[in-house]
Amino acid sequence: MTHTHRVATLIALAALLLAGPLAAVSAAQQYARADIEHGLRLYGENCTRCHGPDGGAVTGVNLRDGQFRNASNDTELSEILMIGIPGTAMPAGAFSPSELAGLVAYLRSMGDVDASGVSLGDPGRGRRLFEGKGECASCHRVNGVGPRAAPDLSRIGALRTAGALERTLLDPTGSMRPVNRPVRVVTRDGAVITGRRLNEDSYSVQLIADDARLVSFDKTDLREYTVLTTSPMPSSADTLSEEALADVVAYLLTLKGLE
Amino acid sequence: MTVTRPLLVALCLLLVAPPLAGAQVTFDRLLHADEEPHNWLTYSGTYASGRHSGLDQITAANVDELELRWVFQAQSLQVFETSPLVVDGIMYLTQAPNTAVALDARLGRVYWTYEHTPSPESRPCCGRVNRGLAILGDTLFMATIDAQLIAIDAVTGQPIWQAAVADPALGYAMTLAPLVIKDKVVVSVAGGEFGIRGFIAAYDVETGTEAWRFYTIPGPGEPGHETWPSDSDAWLHGGSSAWLTGSYDPDLNLIYWGIGNPGPDFNPAQRLGDNLYSDSVVALDADTGELRWHFQFTPNDPYDYDSVQIPVLVDYPANDGSTLHLMLFANRNGFFYVLDRATGRFVNGVPFVDVNWAEGLDDNGRPVQTPQPPGAVVYPGVSGGTNWYSPSYSPTTRMFYIPAWEAYGTVFTPAESVYRAGRGFGGGTVDLAEMPPLGRGPINDWTEAAGRGAVIALDPSTGEEQWKFEMTDVTTSGILTTGSDLLFTGGREGHFHALDASSGELLWRTSLGGQIANGPIAYAVEGVQYVAVAAGHGLFVFALRD
Repeated sequence: MTHTHRVATLIALAALLLAGPLAAVSAAQQYARADIEHGLRLYGENCTRCHGPDGGAVTGVNLRDGQFRNASNDTELSEILMIGIPGTAMPAGAFSPSELAGLVAYLRSMGDVDASGVSLGDPGRGRRLFEGKGECASCHRVNGVGPRAAPDLSRIGALRTAGALERTLLDPTGSMRPVNRPVRVVTRDGAVITGRRLNEDSYSVQLIADDARLVSFDKTDLREYTVLTTSPMPSSADTLSEEALADVVAYLLTLKGLE
Repeated sequence: MTVTRPLLVALCLLLVAPPLAGAQVTFDRLLHADEEPHNWLTYSGTYASGRHSGLDQITAANVDELELRWVFQAQSLQVFETSPLVVDGIMYLTQAPNTAVALDARLGRVYWTYEHTPSPESRPCCGRVNRGLAILGDTLFMATIDAQLIAIDAVTGQPIWQAAVADPALGYAMTLAPLVIKDKVVVSVAGGEFGIRGFIAAYDVETGTEAWRFYTIPGPGEPGHETWPSDSDAWLHGGSSAWLTGSYDPDLNLIYWGIGNPGPDFNPAQRLGDNLYSDSVVALDADTGELRWHFQFTPNDPYDYDSVQIPVLVDYPANDGSTLHLMLFANRNGFFYVLDRATGRFVNGVPFVDVNWAEGLDDNGRPVQTPQPPGAVVYPGVSGGTNWYSPSYSPTTRMFYIPAWEAYGTVFTPAESVYRAGRGFGGGTVDLAEMPPLGRGPINDWTEAAGRGAVIALDPSTGEEQWKFEMTDVTTSGILTTGSDLLFTGGREGHFHALDASSGELLWRTSLGGQIANGPIAYAVEGVQYVAVAAGHGLFVFALRD
């Protein structure tokens, strides 16, 4: 059998294995748990070196959101896994039909599989908490509404798992990603600017200041430059009930950006 | 006027003669490459691999007059890891995956390109990259991502022969620049993440016929085979690739080659034993490929600490007035080693970055390993304290310069792997949360927790640090030193720096806007010194203002 024919046959078999309900359910519900777990193991073996365990290590590629630039369906995703993407670092693979099925199931479910152990609440109640008693909206911006002091959450549901969101709500400092670390700079003329670091190299640093300006400094122009490891976000552990926490997580998971 | 037959012949010869063509690149010229510093004849500049140029037109006093002379834009979005050759005004480079390019080294205008289309079977672990060419006579040699070796006419850009070095469907690939020695061209294979059995091989430059092959994992009955489990075929799939150009000592007629990690990468329990010759440097007879000695840096490596770095050959004055024939080796495992390159004897070794996987080296240079508990961060991390990007040695400052990743660690989680031909054979996972990804965009949102880049200058006689130049982001740039004691290097930030090689003082910098992922070179055309470096997807060439 030629390579081309072999690949085509394998992809067809994988497509058969993957055939399942196409209703609007979460991806994790669409695929068999066993396939997802199988795919998780295969992903660790074959994909994490480049894509990272969270699927976001390749610049411009986020596997967690279940959307793939070069594949609009599972068959095309299988083709990429078998053939690679010419001209890029994505190599051809050599997977059996069941392995392809597992990998596709896992890739399609990456944004959901960590949901196990987290009880999902009511997104409508969660939104009201977010915008009201929870005071989340006093710092975070969603879909063009709200301040820019804290990270924009318009796509947070596509970027983080339910578990990760819950951990952040309970322990903001312990879960804070480097990109969100607050910084404080003091310029030579004594001006103090606080904000979040967006980018940095040996000679300069770029910030979004607390007053929502994008500002850039030569390090030689700074008298002080401090990166803080404590998040300004308060923990919800004492302010939200377990049920309310689940509601907020459920709302955040609906935030997938522009459809 | 009547055109006579002799005149016609002379005119025809003029028409076919390549512009600026010099004498052929003989083996003798390769041996004495340091005597023609206007050229850059091998991957590392000379067989000793110090990435040092004797050119001295650009100095500390005038380096701020450097200006961009030309840019070559690669037609590829892969990381641009090429290190060009320059021969008498003509530059030869590769753009990924496997296009050879000849251009005017003064103007950057292209003479020809030759594109090899790799087999779709090739599946390299870490990018479809290529690091450059080798030359002998009028022939260039290119190793390809689908494990082919191709000889190319340096004048016309047409292929002369092609040899299948290994089967890409099994995970074999080649990313290195070949090395020509006498009448042979030496290459070696990548694929350590796919359960290959690594090897180094030499091919006849005229015919492409394989002359010798050295397997980096000894077979049954060969010395070293006992360092692999006797109750399994782990040795057959033990990786030990060799994906970077080595060095050559003509007096000893030995080639030196760094060998990669054993496989599966992160699960040493599947391959109990030292796993020779993984994570070693080997000294091979250049004519026969026979092993003369080896030195293993990381036995039974669980950290993917490929010893795929450049062995730098240095003749160093001893206290008693004699000359020491040494090899300097900054290893991915975080230790800097000095070896006697005639015998492989360990002379000295010191850590040059944070190391916690070993508490030190014993009298024979063997590490005293201190495995960290599960979930703990291991230093250096999986990409190493340094890696394949070239260090430099300057014979005038007598310092050794290492591109380093400082304060950089990784959490390793081993797991059982089953070998399947051509498939990933990783043996577990690494926590990349603390690891900058191999490819890099324009945004650095990492922190000091993920490590930082540095150029570290060592006194090779003691291993003591002389100075250090720190960068916020990690570095993938090699290092060039020059006869005027300048040091050129870059990093992932896209800055290109000129430092004082004696003090580490920053003398000049410019932003090239993209990751620098190989070492700069220096050359001269018509009396003008140039410095060239690949950054992002372009090759940038600088010279002093007219």
